[in-house]
Amino acid sequence: MTLQVRAHWRRDAFELDVDCRLPLEGVTALFGRSGCGKTSLLRVIAGLERLRGVEVRLGDLVWQHDRQFVPLHRRRIGLVFQEHSLLPHLSVRDNLLYGYTRTPAAERRLHLDEVAAMLGIEGLLTRAIDQLSGGQRQRVSLGRALLTSPRLLLLDEPLSALDTQTKREIMPFLSRLASEAGVPIIMISHAPDEVERLADRVVFMREGRIERIETLREALARPDSPLFDEDGPASVLEGTLQAPADNGLRPFVTPAARLWLVGAAHRPAGHARLRILARDVALALDPPGRMSVLNQLPVTIVRIDPPADGRVTVACALGDGQALLAQITAWSAQTLALAPGAQVFALIKSVALID
Amino acid sequence: MPALSPADWQAIELTFRLCLYTTIILLALATPLAWWLSSGHSRTRVAVQAVVALPLVLPPTVLGFYLLVALGPRGFVGQTLEHIGLTHLAFSFEGILVASVLYSMPFAVQPLNEAFTQLGRRHVEVASALGAGPLDRFFSVILPLTRGGFVVAATLTFAHTLGEFGVILMLGGSIPGETKVLSVLIYDHAEAMNYDAAHRLSLVLLAFAFITLFIVYSVNRRFRATQP
Repeated sequence: MTLQVRAHWRRDAFELDVDCRLPLEGVTALFGRSGCGKTSLLRVIAGLERLRGVEVRLGDLVWQHDRQFVPLHRRRIGLVFQEHSLLPHLSVRDNLLYGYTRTPAAERRLHLDEVAAMLGIEGLLTRAIDQLSGGQRQRVSLGRALLTSPRLLLLDEPLSALDTQTKREIMPFLSRLASEAGVPIIMISHAPDEVERLADRVVFMREGRIERIETLREALARPDSPLFDEDGPASVLEGTLQAPADNGLRPFVTPAARLWLVGAAHRPAGHARLRILARDVALALDPPGRMSVLNQLPVTIVRIDPPADGRVTVACALGDGQALLAQITAWSAQTLALAPGAQVFALIKSVALID
Repeated sequence: MPALSPADWQAIELTFRLCLYTTIILLALATPLAWWLSSGHSRTRVAVQAVVALPLVLPPTVLGFYLLVALGPRGFVGQTLEHIGLTHLAFSFEGILVASVLYSMPFAVQPLNEAFTQLGRRHVEVASALGAGPLDRFFSVILPLTRGGFVVAATLTFAHTLGEFGVILMLGGSIPGETKVLSVLIYDHAEAMNYDAAHRLSLVLLAFAFITLFIVYSVNRRFRATQP
């Protein structure tokens, strides 16, 4: 399905100028600094700002074009905001059912029991809203949006009001939701780790404009990616997390490699993403001997980016084609005579299962 | 204390009717107006807000005078009404009803405006996304969350209309059963040196005003205490 948006919106010093077609499979992240127009774009898509000259189409559905305007309550969009969006005069159950009862019976694909189970909120149904923690509130908000069996889910920084611990609690639900509910998701985020964990596609925004639309893999493959602004370059490996082995570590298996993970006991086995910061990856020409670093992978150098601040980022490929970035000093790269095509060993000091 | 006379009862009944109709009409008008006022910061909104608040500062006689001119047989509104086969509105119940609606407008609009501003738009946007249309949103989200504002608006409007005097005297005169409301009757009694009758009715109004304000303040407190 494609979402087509065309909008020019000037308000005070801010200008939104967008004309794009977004392929909507899985999770699309709108990424950019605050004030770049992410939220405005989301509100235009939702029909919360009724502006002239805006065109919004989802697949064959025309939501806004010329004089035609479908109001939000007829668009069947699931909206989840940062915080405080549960209706305070209703219980958790009535909040969850508010949209469900207003959805035509024939359109209901998801039902209370399964959504409550998916989000782990079965035990909260009779509670009042003020008895919920921040994380529980966000899960109820997500569930409530899902129960309208929406055509599209719009999440406006759903995790940004939560502390790190709670974020960890919600992330798995979000990624499960993306894969199980079968609803395309557009998610606003300014946190690279959220994008890397959840997104399939990234829309980079800047000063009210869309800079580019890339798959996550493409976005992580270029050295100047805005996703690297905070923590430096990073790679994301997709694979399968397996049950803990005899040594107490958990294997993470890709078609070409196996990594050992410490901790992560609470994560169920299954598909997962690993985030590896380039500065945590070292390169060796020979297979390393006895050493404490557990994860050593044979890789092929694909590209060496020009040095910056005395360091270079070396893009390597695993046997299955997944990219792994290593950041080493320019001096090391020179003395080891690293060049594209060379077979080397990547030593990974630490990995994060992104949750 | 001697019982109230039939004329007193007639005035009480008339006053009650005037207050009730004014309150109903004003809630219907003030709700959309206050919603509009609370949903932006444009110049037009500021101007409208100032116009709505005018009766707070104008002497009631000024408002009453303009209304007499406009609604009377030679006024723009009065003449238009007569043209289409109706009667003008000076010295009639309908006339003082129009006057009351204008006069008490700020007491309905202000509390609602405050309640709607405090409510914000988030919950309403959420309800839209969940499939609720405009009326549905009003009854399932806005009304339950701003109930306190509605109670305050209704009580203040009712009580303020009860205390109306100058406007009615200017526009309605003192016609029994038509425009002679309690405040006017008390004035008539006092003018006629009929102090006993004036005392009795004044006491009724005093008690009523106190009870009304007591309700408003206790609702206000409870509403604040239960704010999420």
